[in-house]
Amino acid sequence: MMSFAIRRLLVLLATLLAASAVVFIVLEVLPGDAALLILGTEAQDDTLAALRAQLGLDRPAPMRYLDWITGMAAGRTGVSHTYAVPVAELIGERLAVTVPLAAAAFLLSTLVAVPLGMFAATRRNRAGDYGVMAFSQLGMAIPNFWFAILLILGLAVGLGWFPAAGFPGWADDPLGSLRALVLPALSLALPEAAILARVTRSAVLDTLGADYVRTARAKGLGERAILTGHVLRNALIPMTTILGLQFAFLLAGSIVIENVFALPGLGRLVYQAVTQRDIVVVRDVVLLLVALVVAINFLVDLAYAAIDPRPRIAA
Amino acid sequence: MNAVWRQPNLAMGGAMSLLLVGVALLSVFWTPHAYDAIAVADRLQGPGPVHVLGTDLFGRDIASRLMVGARNSVLVGLVAVGIGMAVGIPLGALAALRGGWLDDLTMRTADVVFAFPFIISALLITALAGPGATNAIIAIGIFNVPVFARVTRGAARRVWSLEYARAGLAIGKSPLRVTIDHVLPNIASVLIVQATIQFAVAIIAEAALSYLGLGAQPPAPSWGRMLFEAQTLMTIRPTLAIFPGAAIALAVLGLNLLGDGLRDALDPRLRDWQIAPR
Repeated sequence: MMSFAIRRLLVLLATLLAASAVVFIVLEVLPGDAALLILGTEAQDDTLAALRAQLGLDRPAPMRYLDWITGMAAGRTGVSHTYAVPVAELIGERLAVTVPLAAAAFLLSTLVAVPLGMFAATRRNRAGDYGVMAFSQLGMAIPNFWFAILLILGLAVGLGWFPAAGFPGWADDPLGSLRALVLPALSLALPEAAILARVTRSAVLDTLGADYVRTARAKGLGERAILTGHVLRNALIPMTTILGLQFAFLLAGSIVIENVFALPGLGRLVYQAVTQRDIVVVRDVVLLLVALVVAINFLVDLAYAAIDPRPRIAA
Repeated sequence: MNAVWRQPNLAMGGAMSLLLVGVALLSVFWTPHAYDAIAVADRLQGPGPVHVLGTDLFGRDIASRLMVGARNSVLVGLVAVGIGMAVGIPLGALAALRGGWLDDLTMRTADVVFAFPFIISALLITALAGPGATNAIIAIGIFNVPVFARVTRGAARRVWSLEYARAGLAIGKSPLRVTIDHVLPNIASVLIVQATIQFAVAIIAEAALSYLGLGAQPPAPSWGRMLFEAQTLMTIRPTLAIFPGAAIALAVLGLNLLGDGLRDALDPRLRDWQIAPR
């Protein structure tokens, strides 16, 4: 288990290094640099040169790349030129929106989808199963941002239960902030729940037919004990993969959903930074998002190995 | 008729997908109105006899714009999945064939691509090359490459472990020949199913990108952009926000059902998590 974890950790670091190089090169190729963006195209050459020297932009690209990743590894971020504050500060503020949003969506989809999937599997080819599968097909087909718009139309504009957009801030209005996250979390959760319900159903169906389930029945174990103790545990193996994948979906989804609801989260930050060419913010935030995805994949691999010893032994 | 009952997904999904492609093709020759004809006097109409689905802020016909939007979506799906298959399948087949460092390199590169949440890679590409339909297609296509590379590699490795592949080598066929004669035909069903699913994913991805303003640029109609434009007007005319979303959902539903139906018909052993949309 230990050597498996170390090997996966090395892969994680290599992936991160490669991804950071991609981000750096893409932003390096972009026309214009931070100095030009700060001073504008009207700036004098010598002012530009002075600012470049001050920002360290006159150093060769490989050196700047090393500075950047060693700085990020030590937790030092750059300074945003549009906000004139360290990116870490921006990230801190925005995480206070994105993390609760993603966590709520993740919990919501898991809490709805896993019982639904198990329910459908135990009623294979009966009405309950068809109902769940129809929900799953619809949920996968409805884009989350359209679902968001429909929710706004019905529950915000129509009934006025929730705000249509905006975020009051945790400090000023904790309850209002919570309310502002309800519709976004629902929108993010729907497609995830649809996929997860489907995967749970077929994973449970697969294990329901296994010999050890028949043995458990034969020794007189109750259906509930069989489902939670034997079936779900084995079905968890494929489900873990999907749960891990969902995290990347949730991050990508939050970029769109935060824009629909004008939420000041990480996704909106990176989107606006790209449109405003705030290279420092794009660079640091994208690397953070990538690091999150890679770290979650790493944890999923570990969980996988903990649940199912086979890949650990085979590797 | 019996066949239809035995494969309801295939029949439904096939019909819906045909309808999508049919509407897209039809829009090349005919739409009820010109999709970009501005008539301010007729703006923001509800569904009616002249404009079946109503008009937008500029008085443009919604039905016509949805039809041209279907063309846009189908085109994006075809090209993006085409890019993914054209690059991903050879890469995956080669990785399965050679193994070793080449296999490692291919799969680790796929890991790096997957490390970027899809919208992020699209944002980066847009930052580089500017927003637009072509760049959106490229972004979605790039994301499809590792999807097909992984699926092809996994399926091809299973075939290579079987006797008939080894027998091909034993009678003196080159590994490339065996790949073309035996491996690819045997994994075709997996790839067809995956292609159908990725087509649906591409349609949603394109809609999300154009919603964010990163896809097709106005006045070219795209379903995602129409939803964005509808958002500020939906208190006045809610149907504006309903029809384009319904078009996306129906297109994706049809393709997903088709994918399911094809899987059941071609390769019933495939499991949901092996072809889960990504």
